This record gives sequence, C-alpha cells and structure tokens, in this order.
Amino acid sequence: MKTVEKENGLVGRGNRDGAQLFRDWFSSLSEAADEGRRAAYVFVMGSLNEILMCFDLPVVFPEINSLQTAVRRVAHEYLDEAEDYGYSPDICGYVKADVALQLRGGAHPMGNIPKPKIAVATNACNTYIKWAEIWQRMYDVPVFVMDVPGSREAGDSTQRGERDFENDRRYVEAQLKELIAICEKVTGRKFDVDRLREVLGYTNEMNVGWKRVLELNKARPAPFNALTDGTIYLGVANGFRGTKIGGRYFTELVEEMEYKVEHHIGSLTEEEYRLIFVGVPCYPIFRRFNELFTDWQGTFINSTYLWFASGGANRGFEYDINRPIESLAEGVLISVRDAMDSMFYQEKALGGMIDDYHVDGIIYHPIKSCRTVSTGLADSRRYMAEKYDIPSLFVESDMMDRRVISEAQMKNRIDAFFEGLDSRRRRSGVH
Amino acid sequence: MSELVFPEWRGTPLDEILYACRELVEDPTFPTVKRWREAGGKVCGHFQVYFPEEIAHAAGMLPVKLRGVPVDPTHADSHFGSYLCSILKSSLEVVLSGELQLDMFVSHPICDAARNLAAIWGRNFDYPCQILYLPQNANSSHSVAYLADEYNRLRRTVEEVTGAEVSEAAIQRSVAVFNENRRLLRELYEIKRTTPWLVAAEDAYSLVSVGAMIPREEHNELLRAVLPQLTERDAKQQDRIRVVFEGGFCEQPPLDMIRMLGRTCYLVDDDLLIGLRWIVEDVPTDGDPVANLAHAYVHRSSYSPVQHDDRKLKEEMLLKRMKRCHADAAIITAAKMCEPGLEEQVAYTNALDEQKIPYFVSEFEENMTSFDHLELQVETFMENLLFA
Repeated sequence: MKTVEKENGLVGRGNRDGAQLFRDWFSSLSEAADEGRRAAYVFVMGSLNEILMCFDLPVVFPEINSLQTAVRRVAHEYLDEAEDYGYSPDICGYVKADVALQLRGGAHPMGNIPKPKIAVATNACNTYIKWAEIWQRMYDVPVFVMDVPGSREAGDSTQRGERDFENDRRYVEAQLKELIAICEKVTGRKFDVDRLREVLGYTNEMNVGWKRVLELNKARPAPFNALTDGTIYLGVANGFRGTKIGGRYFTELVEEMEYKVEHHIGSLTEEEYRLIFVGVPCYPIFRRFNELFTDWQGTFINSTYLWFASGGANRGFEYDINRPIESLAEGVLISVRDAMDSMFYQEKALGGMIDDYHVDGIIYHPIKSCRTVSTGLADSRRYMAEKYDIPSLFVESDMMDRRVISEAQMKNRIDAFFEGLDSRRRRSGVH
Repeated sequence: MSELVFPEWRGTPLDEILYACRELVEDPTFPTVKRWREAGGKVCGHFQVYFPEEIAHAAGMLPVKLRGVPVDPTHADSHFGSYLCSILKSSLEVVLSGELQLDMFVSHPICDAARNLAAIWGRNFDYPCQILYLPQNANSSHSVAYLADEYNRLRRTVEEVTGAEVSEAAIQRSVAVFNENRRLLRELYEIKRTTPWLVAAEDAYSLVSVGAMIPREEHNELLRAVLPQLTERDAKQQDRIRVVFEGGFCEQPPLDMIRMLGRTCYLVDDDLLIGLRWIVEDVPTDGDPVANLAHAYVHRSSYSPVQHDDRKLKEEMLLKRMKRCHADAAIITAAKMCEPGLEEQVAYTNALDEQKIPYFVSEFEENMTSFDHLELQVETFMENLLFA
C-alpha cells in the first residue's frame, strides 16, 4: 500500500511537473509581452542563462517557440508566412516559424512572446548567428555572439591547464566580461557577482541531476523514454537553467528515476529493444513517431538530442562558485564544446554506450531543417556499422515541415528495421 | 620546389594564356596538384572560405582551396544525406576518388553543413583533418589574440605534417609573396571595375581561380604577365548594364554560367572566391607575422554571409561595393541548399528595394549544365533596364 502511495506521487512526477513548469514559463513570457517588457533571446546550445539571470531578463528560446508550433500542428501556417515574406523553403524551419511569429507581433499558440532587448547566440550552430542578425535588423537590438571554439578533431578535447585549452578559455572569459558590460548597458543595472554565485549553484544542482538521470537509463527496463519523456525534461533544463526551481526539479527527477529503477518500473511494460536516437525529433508527428517504435516494444534509452540541446549539461559540469567568472568560462567552453562534439564527433560516446546501456540499435534521424546535426550522420552511421557492427536505421524527415514527412514510408522502414533486429536475435540465439 | 606545375601558359599569346587558365579551372583531375606531389611536395587542402595560406606556404606545402568541382558524387553520395549543397559532396568526391591527394585537411565552421567536414574527412582518412576556428565574434577585443593562438596551433600541425619548423622569417617571406598576390588581384578587379570590356567575366574568374591550385609564386608570375596585356587590349566599350554578382563566396557557379552572365552585362564586381581576396590590404612583413595575419583577418578584410561583424552589416557592404564600382544592378544568387546564402538574399533584396536598385534573384549549382532558361530571364532583366 505504501509503495502504491509513493508511486502515485512519485512515478510520473517529472512529466507532470515539467509540463506545468513549461506552461508557467510561457505564461510568464506572455505577461512580460503584455506589459511591454522585453526579453533576452537565446538558444539552447549555450544560452548563457547564468549571466542573463543576474539581470532578471525574461529569457526567450525561439527554437522552443518554433518546435511548439510543430507539436501543436500549426507550423505550416508560420512556414508559409515566412516563405511568402521571402525566405527559401530550403532553410531552417525554426528560423522561418520565428520570422512569422515576429511578423505576427509575437502571437504564439501558447501565448504572446515578448520582443527582444538583446540577442545572445553561440556559434554552436551557425544559423543561430544568421537568425540573430534577423532580429538585429527587425528591432535594432544588440547581438552578442558568444564564440566557443570546439574540438579541432576527433578525440582532441583539450583539458584544463593545457596550452590550447587555456587559449580558448581566455577568449571565452573575455567575451563573458564583454557580455556582462552589454547587459549592464541595456538593462541599466549593475552586475552582482554574488547573484551569479547563487545562479551557478542552481545550475550545478541541475547539471549533476541531468547527468545522473541519463545514467539511470542504463537500467533494464529503462525508467524513461529519452525521446518523449526526455524532451519534457529538456524543456525544463533550458527554460529553468540557473533557477532554484530548475535545480530542485532535477533533484526530484533523480529521486523519481532511482525509485523506478529500484522497482523495475520501465517506460514500457515489455521492453524488447533498447535504442539510441541520433538527431532531432520529428515534432510534426512527435507522438506518432515514437509509437512506430514502441509498437515493437522498442524504447529510446538515450539520445544525442538530450546532450547537445541541453547545451552539454549532460556533462554534469560543476562551477566553482569561489571563482565564478573564470569557472563559468571553463564551464561554457567544456559544455558547449561537448554539445558540438555530440553533433560532429559522437561515435566514441555512442560506441561506449553499446554495452553499458545494452543497446540493440541506433536510429539516425537527419532532418532537412538542421544541417548542423544532419550533415555528418550518413558517414557516421557507416563508421559505426563498420567499427561496432551495430544495427542502425537511417530515416530522413524534418522537425518542422510536414511537407517532407511521409509517415507511411517511415513506418515501412521502421517495420523492416525491427524485422531485421528480430531475425538477427534469432540467428544469434538471444531472446 | 623548383619545377613549374603550370607551365602551359608560358610563351603563348594572351588568348592562349586565358584558354589555359579556363581549361585548368574546369579540369576535375587537378593536374597541377599531381605535378606538385610527383615532385615530392606536400599538399594542404582547405575548404572555403578563408584560410591563412601563408602558414602552409611557409612550411613548403601547397595550399589548395577545395571549392567544389563539377563532378558526379559517385563515391561521396553514400556519405551524405539529402538536402545538402553540391560543394560538400564534390569536394569529398575528388578526394575519395583519388584525383586529389592531400597530406592534411582543414575546414572552418563557415556554415552548419561545412563544419561537419573535418569529422567526415577524419573518419575516412588517416592524415590530420581539423577544424580551424576562425573567430565568429570579430567584435570581441580578444578576437585577434585568440586567432593568433589558433594560427600558432595550426602552425604546429603543419610542422608535424612536414617535419620542419615553420620559422617567423619563413612566414614573413610568405606574407610578402601573398601581399604581391593580393595586390595583383586588386589590380585585376580594378580592370573589371573601370574597364570591364577589357576582360571577359569568365577570364577574370579563371585568372583568380587558378591561384587556388598553383604555388602563389607561379600565380604572381602569371598575373604579372597577363595584366599589362589586358590593359593594352584594343576592345571597345559596349552599352551594357554594370552589375555586381553576389552569392559566390563558397560554392562556385559553373564557368559557363559566368560566361553567360558576362555576355549579357558587365560583371564589374563580385564575391566569387572572396576568400582569396579576403584581406584587402598588405599585411605588414615586419613584427610577428602570425599576429599580423590575425589582425588582418579581423580588421583589414572583406565581408561574407558567413562572418558576423557588427561593423560590416552585409547589406550595407553590398551597397558600398555597388557604389564603389558604379553598378546599375545586382545579381543576388545563392547556391542551392546554401543556408547562409539563402538567408542573406532576403536582407540584400530588402536593402536594394529600399534603395530602389534593380536586382535579379537566382539560385545555382556547380554542376548545372543548361542555362537557356536562366539566360532568357537575365537577358530580359537587362533589356528592361537598358530600355527603361
């Protein structure tokens, strides 16, 4: 009886609370927009929330706004409007949905989005920078590019104390100080280093929790689905980064996942196949896409999306609050670099998971809209097949544009993939 | 390396020199690079847009710009998905097919697609395949210092590949060679701007483009021989619209397309192969040459859609370029599936609309072979302007 009571409160809490927090966040943005307050426009790979929180700027993630139009099945209206304005069908759908949203004065299915006061874009995605330039032209707001050098080649992640790492860190640190100066100018507020320490503490709690949550999915059955549940957690990781609520959410999420592991509560009742997802979700048919796998008792136990789209929070980097700026520079460099590695050099990480996470296959989902994530996937897949002999599926679609999504074709390929997995199992005598 | 890799033009009249250049540009077998390697030289392949070639040159390497080739990606196709520009595939194709052999490869995070290339190359080749992180925050006070560090890191890789130290003096000598090259290219563009009837669009392009495949000393000799002959040509000015071509910063339009455009108007300026002309002034040859190159990249440079710099808003830079060469109109192009190029088209055309400057918008692909429809459209556009 006690277990049931605990389950009633605990199991599924992350999803419930995450969804509520998400709605609260959009309500607060609507409130800001209605009051005419302006926001900081940022991106998921290196939001710099840690700095922006110190100036109490509402934070808008245009990527999340855009994907929500797809989830709510109205993306095509936004895409059409941006294409009528002049943008090509062949560019990022997130950008186009946001352009249309701006042309509509911020009107979004989840509320109103405030206009920008400043835009902060890292180089983790080049389109971030082109996108921010659009706001620069529309609103004449400052655009700050936080340039974070990534790994120069596979397996070449430099470490603290090494010459090349310190060169990069000095560059990031100098830019952080320049960003602080710009924030002081646009908000008229003085930077408070003690506030930064507080924010870093909350982010530490979140980072440690996020890393632990991901590790807990090594368990069989996996306590959460990395594609569906994981995306809810990811929303909190971005929108509430550097907040007390965000830190606490992840501590509680760890508690839930540990409970589920301990009691063998999985995201599927019968877990047959454990899969890794590589790429960006198919938001226009988000639930249906997942069902095409769960119908075969396949579950996603991890996803590169949860790594790069959390800005590398999966690394679990902990800031040293006694040297906040220097440590923030290190953390931004290490985490954003890791996010980039998750897109360009993910083979080693994936290979290392095959045994640890008992992986049966890898699902590559390159999309038309995002060349950052998608360009290298076919080659990466070839490499993984050759080096690890791991079954994989390569299915192309989009994260926004339903014109390039064919559910029937997708289902055929997914069914064939599972039939292949089944046959492989039978051949090897594993059941 | 004392042997010449591009001897074909020597001792021939101007028309034959230009023919030899066009032939080399369109040759997908890279004969000059093969000759360089056969003579024992090492090759540093670098992807578009800008690369500090002086550093590879100072090590005795041949820097070769990978700027696509009009070939079918027979080998490369299975390494890529859909929705990608052609230059990515064709650049990998020539290396996978063995037509172009490299000793190191460097790409830059110029766009979402190209920034994947070093990883793709690295999974397929054993030689160093790296990303050179040119600063994307050109407005940071620390960007030059950072870039100098990054160039020195590159320098160490080059030293590992060649097995020889790259001294400051060697880089200074290379800077001087490249300064002359940049000066000669500026002269060529001055001819295009002031007397475009003296050099056909495809010839001007070929003269620039061959520089990406031969040692700069040879390129300098070629330009020193050709430029005076161009200015002495007996050619008559025609009543044509003066046009700036924008959109050739990475993937290159086929030579036939440039030829077609040159038949319908005077292409008085462009951003074709802008990386070879990125630095717009001489780089000092005294002092720390690496720091000087870094400073020039950030502060003495042109513009492109793949570099953000608050001092160089792209549409303002385009208008300046048009004003400087007294252009009547612009051709605003982008390679198919080129995200930055396609995005910039909107900003360019909005600015041109505001200034009431006529423009023609188009897309291209390096392996296009038919231009009839495009030519008809461009001719109509030009005639409308001529007879307006």
